[in-house]
Amino acid sequence: MDQFLQHVLNGVVLGGTYALLGIGLTLIFGIMRVVNFTHGELYAFGAYLTYLFVALLHLDFFLSIALAALAGFLLGALIELVLLRPLGNADTDTVMLVMIGAWIAMQNAEQFVWGGVAKLVPSPFPQDPLIIGPVSVLPLRLFVLAATLVLLVAFYLLIDRTRLGTAMRATFQDRDTAALMGVDVRAVYTLTFALGSALAAIAGALLGPMFLVNPTMGNLVGLKAFAIVILGGLGNIAGATIGGFVLALVEEFGAGYLSSEYRDALGFLVIIAVLALRPQGFFALKGRIG
Amino acid sequence: MSGRIGGALLLVAMATLPLWMGDLYVLAILTSTGIFIIAAISLNLLLGFTGQLSLGHAAFFGIGAYTSALLSLGFDVDIGLADPVVVAPKPVWIAFLGAVVVSGLFGWLIGKLAFRVRGAYFVIVTISFAEVMRMVALNWVDLTEGPMALNNIPPLSLWWPGRGVITLATKAQAYWLVLTVGALCYLLVASVVRSRIGRALVALRENEPLARSVGVRVTHYLVVATVVSAAIAGAAGGLYAHCVRIVDPDVFLFIYTVTMVIMVVSGGKGTLAGPVVGGLIFGLLPQALRGTAPPEVQWIVYGIGIILIVFFLPRGIVPAFAGLARLRMPRALRPSAGVGS
Repeated sequence: MDQFLQHVLNGVVLGGTYALLGIGLTLIFGIMRVVNFTHGELYAFGAYLTYLFVALLHLDFFLSIALAALAGFLLGALIELVLLRPLGNADTDTVMLVMIGAWIAMQNAEQFVWGGVAKLVPSPFPQDPLIIGPVSVLPLRLFVLAATLVLLVAFYLLIDRTRLGTAMRATFQDRDTAALMGVDVRAVYTLTFALGSALAAIAGALLGPMFLVNPTMGNLVGLKAFAIVILGGLGNIAGATIGGFVLALVEEFGAGYLSSEYRDALGFLVIIAVLALRPQGFFALKGRIG
Repeated sequence: MSGRIGGALLLVAMATLPLWMGDLYVLAILTSTGIFIIAAISLNLLLGFTGQLSLGHAAFFGIGAYTSALLSLGFDVDIGLADPVVVAPKPVWIAFLGAVVVSGLFGWLIGKLAFRVRGAYFVIVTISFAEVMRMVALNWVDLTEGPMALNNIPPLSLWWPGRGVITLATKAQAYWLVLTVGALCYLLVASVVRSRIGRALVALRENEPLARSVGVRVTHYLVVATVVSAAIAGAAGGLYAHCVRIVDPDVFLFIYTVTMVIMVVSGGKGTLAGPVVGGLIFGLLPQALRGTAPPEVQWIVYGIGIILIVFFLPRGIVPAFAGLARLRMPRALRPSAGVGS
């Protein structure tokens, strides 16, 4: 039972960051119809920037995470303006190829700049685990959990309560009608991609100190983000949130009780199972097929 | 017609190459390039003629490589039955055919599963499939030796009338075999796309609801195309296993799929010659660039190259030199303006 609770706790901590990743990706797909292969690289980008700021420039840990998020936002906006906007209404596959090209270039740029050796991001939290009843947890992990929960709530408020959120939801529902109602659809696209990228960068900045930072870390995470998005239904933000926690718990329990070697395969088996049973995703309110 | 003669002349020129060119290193590079061209031809059948982007194609390639290697080496594996399954080493040509069949079966499975969906979903299913395969290859150590790799895979052999089974151990013999298999795969794909199946696939690519409405069994033909494509990719994987003679889980890496996609897209998807032209360029280019730049820089150039090709040559090199290509392609087979998803 204690072990069970420990797995739940670990899964929830991991699930928060997965949810951030999934929301960013599902937002970009839902609004822009772009299958974003650079998402995992934005995640790695956030982690490496945190390493740069904390370990090399000795900036404050929390400031570094905020700066990484800002840099992710700017890089996302840049990608949208340089690569996606000129493509206009090109079909999904064409856009996908461009994103694959960007992914390969970005990943190898990271490898070229940082080398293949994994980096450790120092954190200001004590290394002794806190013992809470039957489970133990590192203070860093509690901080990551708290930060992701705050971010998730903030993001819901952004989508639900602000003019930008309204414009994004309108564009999601019907791009042409939204444009006719005076929504600047192109600006919404750029902001959507930038926001989604910022979420990926924050996820990397938060998970980087928990694990090691290495150049290929974005690959698996990018694919897992797709798993989360499919689990929740493409374009469904609440679904992506739940999907993030579900995938993390599946991985955690799978690794704990079944086989730790196949931990990373579980996400992909989930994808295949979802598509075989319920292609529209488990949490989709209505079918949104891309 | 002129195109067909040109193709035949090119084939003859390629076939006589080992007779007048003594550089074994170049021959080995051409052989491995040929293997990837075969894989690119198989990907083109799906990506170019059905518009479905399979980003897990390395899985079929890897399954072919592992199947052929394991059958020729023999293996025993405990799968929970009373006795472990023991397979004695088989002759290489049987192992090779086994690779084609097993890959084709996986193609059928993935086709049945994945074509419940289209577009982005299909792409993600195929990526997931390749990742699962890679993890199985890494972790099922009893069968695959995991990261230690399968070593000492026997070289290719061939049954020749009057001479029995001959082992193709020299570079020139391996080259000829790859060239022969490549030409056969090219002709197979050419006949598939010119057949009823090919017309159905093009109809599907251009307008799926319309194709459905006139009674084309869309999913059926997609599955058939996937089986043929996977089987050819498996053949390429089998050739790879016996030419390189070592197979490790890295054959499932996404980067191999990306290499095939680059070859198809740069050459011209939906054209028969596209994967060959793109494959020659992107198979030989890394060798030419070798030593001039670190591998990361080469890959950065590749990534930017893909973007530039999509922006400036969206239909690929072959259609860009279209005068000839247009003459020799039946109207129905010309690539559409977009990718046609």
